[in-house]
Amino acid sequence: MFDELFTISTLVGILHSCVRLATPYLFASLGETFGQRSGVLNLGVDGIMLMGAFFAFYVVFEGHNLWVGLLAAIAVGILMGLLKAFVSVTMQSLQGISGIGLYLFGLGLSSLLFKTLIGSVEGVSGFRQLAIPFLSDIPGIGHILFNHNALVYLAYLMVPVSWFVINRTTLGLKIRAVGHNPEAADTLGVSVNGVRYTTMMIGGALAAVAGASLSIGLQNVFQENMTNGLGFIAVALVYFGSWRTVGVLGGSLLFSLVNALQLWVQALAIPVPSEIAVMMPYIMTIVVLAFTARQIQKPAALARSYERGE
Amino acid sequence: MLTGRRRIEDQFVYGIARPTGGHRAVNFRLNAPYVQMYGIVKRFPGVLACDHVDFDVRRGELHALLGENGAGKSTLMRILYGLYQPEEGRILRDGAEVTIHSPTDAIRQGIGMIHQHFMLVDTLTVTENVALGLKSSREPLLDLDRVEAGIRELSEAYGLQIDPRAPVWTLSVGERQRVEIMKALYRGAAMLILDEPTAVLTPQEVEELFVTLGYMKENGYSLVLISHKLQEILSISDRITVLRSGRLVGTVPTKDMTRQELARMMVGRDVMLERDRDDEIDVGEVRLRLEDVKAVDVTGQPALRGVSLSVQAGEILGVAGISGNGQRELAEVIAGLRPMTGGSVEMDGTPITDWSTARRTEAGLAYIPEERMHDGIVRDFAVSENLVLQEHTSDKFSHGIFLAFDYIARYSRQLVQDFYIKTPDIRTMTRNLSGGNIQRLILARELSRRPKVLVAAQPTRGIDIGAIEYIYQQLLEQRDTGMATLLISEDLDELLALCDRIAVIYEGQIMDVLERDKTSAEELGLLMAGVHPERQ
Repeated sequence: MFDELFTISTLVGILHSCVRLATPYLFASLGETFGQRSGVLNLGVDGIMLMGAFFAFYVVFEGHNLWVGLLAAIAVGILMGLLKAFVSVTMQSLQGISGIGLYLFGLGLSSLLFKTLIGSVEGVSGFRQLAIPFLSDIPGIGHILFNHNALVYLAYLMVPVSWFVINRTTLGLKIRAVGHNPEAADTLGVSVNGVRYTTMMIGGALAAVAGASLSIGLQNVFQENMTNGLGFIAVALVYFGSWRTVGVLGGSLLFSLVNALQLWVQALAIPVPSEIAVMMPYIMTIVVLAFTARQIQKPAALARSYERGE
Repeated sequence: MLTGRRRIEDQFVYGIARPTGGHRAVNFRLNAPYVQMYGIVKRFPGVLACDHVDFDVRRGELHALLGENGAGKSTLMRILYGLYQPEEGRILRDGAEVTIHSPTDAIRQGIGMIHQHFMLVDTLTVTENVALGLKSSREPLLDLDRVEAGIRELSEAYGLQIDPRAPVWTLSVGERQRVEIMKALYRGAAMLILDEPTAVLTPQEVEELFVTLGYMKENGYSLVLISHKLQEILSISDRITVLRSGRLVGTVPTKDMTRQELARMMVGRDVMLERDRDDEIDVGEVRLRLEDVKAVDVTGQPALRGVSLSVQAGEILGVAGISGNGQRELAEVIAGLRPMTGGSVEMDGTPITDWSTARRTEAGLAYIPEERMHDGIVRDFAVSENLVLQEHTSDKFSHGIFLAFDYIARYSRQLVQDFYIKTPDIRTMTRNLSGGNIQRLILARELSRRPKVLVAAQPTRGIDIGAIEYIYQQLLEQRDTGMATLLISEDLDELLALCDRIAVIYEGQIMDVLERDKTSAEELGLLMAGVHPERQ
């Protein structure tokens, strides 16, 4: 009965889904990478994603352009990032617990807004497939890699962009320094709080885009808690990827592959209980975290607030 | 002032700071004052840290700033570096008054500071550490190639050997210090404040540092050396300013001074730090014996790789070594605080390898831990509580489950008096005492038990010379009554002054054990760096 999974067309289908489904993971975990490299752990990613998903959906639902919807999500994401920065950086509250707070805030507010402004599950037409000329005609590979919507391409573009910003710009150097030894950065005139506010805004914007990629890119609906904890997996992926963009890419693809398999197992009506299939990504998260305990590259000042001492 | 500021900012952008005339620190007139401070006053709650202090540094001068802990020397320099704001006083640079609100301001005025604890980001390379916080020539992109070229140029000019591409975590302490100096030079500093720069270096690294400082002096840099090592100050400085309790004692040319005179200026009375070299060593039987002891550090890496040592009654055995070569683990293994992975420990011929810390203490082992604030006392306990911390369950200090408060109070008052612990009261929170007085407290607790074996880890680090003198006296007195002492220290002068024999530890192994009278700082220094002269 598993034979069906291994036909060429099914494999191409699975891989196409895998590439597509990695989109929200990539946006969210790349955003989280910025924050963690600067020493701020943001567990509120999921809440920001929900807010981004809602606002993008709502703006499009009201008849505006898809890109306007995306911009709305980005704006909300930046605001949520600022909120997190204010609580964790300025007020120096414990980062873990304030992140949970931000998650619950985003979850609650997006549900409330959904109920009052929309009310029932509706659909919109989201970003369309954008086959890249010639490249998408390559048999197999073409469909897997070059037949997606704009947000998918953008997610993969963010990998080298993030790498470049972190490793080749003065901002990136400051982020790395602040995440590892904020005191040293401070004595050289680097504003530790300024850098952390910046990374929280970048992270918030990317998390919101991750949410938007669900509501106006992949699923084209909005539902309460539609992320199902995907934002928490994104946080785990940053650990899994050892705080490197390439590692985050690898982790995102691994998780989306599990997701794609699960979808196809269900779609092909292979008799595996659907609960088990749905459970797979979460089991993976636990297994992966258990095996990435050797935190080699971990930013030394992660989750620690900074106060100038004597 | 504005032109000066613009000049240095330009250099931030256009590669390395290059004062006019090659690497010379600005077009200098030798001996002209670079920085002058007049009537500096700084108060902290309850303390007058600087009381109308005057200080000046000339171009091409190495000026030593000497004083006990709390004398105000670090405060004075932190004011100059913009970390503190003075309540009164004026600061002049090149004769013009300036205000310095932050380290960034200080750097603009050409003032750099090398902190005792290095301010480096371990995971970044040398070049990245230097470039951090500077404007790049192609903002927002980094220009590491340009910075690297600048580093190479400067390192050649001043004999600062560093590999610009090495990540900082791979560097030795001496190399990290060079990176710190490089950071200041690259930012166009014309003056460097060095806070106890030799405390963490081997004698060879100290030599190299002094050579570099010499080059810098010739090129017109102003250097301030904060130190309390008299010998070192006498050998390299041009002038010496001595502070005591926040007041200026005087500024004197180095060539007119001797060690004794300096110590008197610093403490305000005659000080006896030298041990009488003629004393006969009267050693008895072996009290502490370590046989092939092995242990791992907190990260699970081997820290002790087979250490064998023995200390006899009436002997002080020193353990010399650069910090992080297994000294901490050695002390903890003997105290019973760290499990051994091999070997054995004996006290008075009895194996104590499997004994708990409490049983070792009862059997006559005393321990002065390296982290006195952390491991030596409970900070939020009263002085009297800390004094009976170990023995509070003994019949002396308790009746059944109740503490004998009256006796504890009387006993504590006696110890406070006998060991000259300066405290307002025995009920004072221990955290409010100075480092020197906390160390006296620990010493009182440990020595009043008349221990057979004492393990003292860095007992004089960071405390004032008066307390050091007292600790030396106590260690020598107890030695004369037959106590066996293992003294772990990074201060070679201290080891040479106190010990009968000195063992050198390197990467968890004993390189050699030498008689005090038959060795020298140079020989010990080579061993500390892992070089065995006879086996070369």
